[in-house]
Amino acid sequence: MLADKDRIFTNLYGYQPWGLKAAQARGDWDDTKALLARGQDNIIQEIKDSGLRGRGGAGFPTGMKWSFMPKEPKDGRPSFLVINADESEPGSCKDREILRHDPHKLIEGALVAGFAMRARAAYIYIRGEYIREAETMFAAVAEAYDAGLIGKNACGSGYDFDVFVHRGAGAYICGEETAMIESLEGKKGQPRLKPPFPAGAGLYGCPTTVNNVESIAVAPTILRRGAEWFAAIGRKGNEGTKLFQISGHVEKPCVVEDAMSVTFRELIEKHCGGIRGGWDNLLAVIPGGSSVPLVPAAEIIDCPMDFDGLKAVGSGLGTAAIIVMDKSTDIVRAISRISYFYKHESCGQCTPCREGTGWMWRVMERLRTGDADVSEIDMLYEVTKQVEGHTICALGDAAAWPIQGLIKHFRPEIERRIAENVREAAE
Amino acid sequence: MADRAPAPDTPELRARWGDFAWTEANAAEVPKIVARYPPGRQRSAVMPLLDLAQRQVGAETNTQGWLPIPVIEFVARELGMPAIRVLEVASFYTMYNLSPVGRFHVQVCGTTPCMLRGSDDILAACTKRGMSKGHISDDGLWSLTEVECMGNCASAPMVQINDDNYEDLTAETFDKILDGLAVGGRPKPGTQAPGRHTVEPLGGPTTLREMVSANHDYRGEW
Repeated sequence: MLADKDRIFTNLYGYQPWGLKAAQARGDWDDTKALLARGQDNIIQEIKDSGLRGRGGAGFPTGMKWSFMPKEPKDGRPSFLVINADESEPGSCKDREILRHDPHKLIEGALVAGFAMRARAAYIYIRGEYIREAETMFAAVAEAYDAGLIGKNACGSGYDFDVFVHRGAGAYICGEETAMIESLEGKKGQPRLKPPFPAGAGLYGCPTTVNNVESIAVAPTILRRGAEWFAAIGRKGNEGTKLFQISGHVEKPCVVEDAMSVTFRELIEKHCGGIRGGWDNLLAVIPGGSSVPLVPAAEIIDCPMDFDGLKAVGSGLGTAAIIVMDKSTDIVRAISRISYFYKHESCGQCTPCREGTGWMWRVMERLRTGDADVSEIDMLYEVTKQVEGHTICALGDAAAWPIQGLIKHFRPEIERRIAENVREAAE
Repeated sequence: MADRAPAPDTPELRARWGDFAWTEANAAEVPKIVARYPPGRQRSAVMPLLDLAQRQVGAETNTQGWLPIPVIEFVARELGMPAIRVLEVASFYTMYNLSPVGRFHVQVCGTTPCMLRGSDDILAACTKRGMSKGHISDDGLWSLTEVECMGNCASAPMVQINDDNYEDLTAETFDKILDGLAVGGRPKPGTQAPGRHTVEPLGGPTTLREMVSANHDYRGEW
């Protein structure tokens, strides 16, 4: 197990104050000027060497993303860093703990990352429902300004950098990077077509990088301890520590920072007190937030929890939001509820998603009660394939995958319900 | 998509809200909000200003607040935006109430992680008190909405009531919270599980135990 000294978010549970003094005593803002003095290219190289992959779901190498930003300002346009704190993926609840218990890690990370990509300012986009968390963030940013850590001549480095907090108002789709940019510009959060990619034309038409809260907040510690330290944790290609969020049918749901590539069994045994009713009672797990396909018990138990390990079992790490379901779960209802979520959150821009999410949910509800024909299972599968990949953003894919996972692994259960329904109707 | 339509634009609505203007405190707040965005990009402030307006309506009506059409038009004038652009934003984001709500807006999370931990019982407790989705209870106290994932999955099931979250609920603890609110109390927000601090495993953390009692600095062990 990861040693406590190697954990980055030491105040994860908020036992200690989040304020600047306490954060500094824990090691935040410790000679940030020296970190910046290493220079932009060195910082980006260090992050590349650490193997850090984006913590928001897609797992794109963070250092590489930063390197896409222009080195010289084009026609006077400034660059922006947008920090994605619009945590809304069902099962995900890690950024909330950073925002409310360790906000200075995020602000320091914003400065370091913003400096490395030559950005003028960072906008932290917090989901609207995180009302108290946003209050903490506003206060923490004010503290950092008062202490001269951000703003003009940030940390005495000679670099001017602003950090602003922006609260959303309840739209899951704003977690998609171009929808977030639209929303920041004061519009409906409907994703943009790419290209142009945000690094070319993003917020206000300026070069922009959108990063997850966790990706940004770990950056200062990586720089302080060195890329080798971070890269030594986890398997190759899956380096580092990760905040895992375990919800559902475990004895003790929790958020915990552990090494990447820890096995599912170890994670659950060490931190969650086991599966409710024992390991034999485990039915299936959604390992990365609602949009990744579920994995049946037998395949997940000894699976390493990282990008490649979960890809190998036909799913994904996503945000490492692990939803555990025991054998008491109505699995069709659990997935149908996720279908309802996507129906509710579709932005309405692309027809396959706007119409498809509602259609899929309605069929899922009939499959739940067995009020369907067996041939409709294949029809539903076909439709998910028609939605997947035919929309501007990945919400269509995210709505399709859970259903595909259900049909792949639990088809007999759906057929049993239909047969039972036919039998009851005959009686 | 969420089906949302603004409340009808009637003469009564105009009479009640036609002369909406910021309170003194909010008027002082507005320039600070607009200053977060680059000059000429004041339109970016539409979301915080709608939130501010909704809260002001809430304070005036002793409810969580909502956005009548004249108030939406007022925000549009403040930012030099066409009213339809502001209405688009107000109707797109679900946290803007487009019709009146009660004193307390009970938002029960019903998405799968909360469902697995018993959100059905929480919704049943609401129904038992006479709440129904999308309606204000007869005493004007409660509005009920089933909302999508609120990001409190490791302390599910949860309910957000106005600005506060109540987590790790059972039907009984939830009932006590509603009782407390109904008589003007302020029940303790956050987890309701006895002995739990925030999102550590119930019974105490499995990691970072030094942090429980002191602000431990781990750098000496690096």
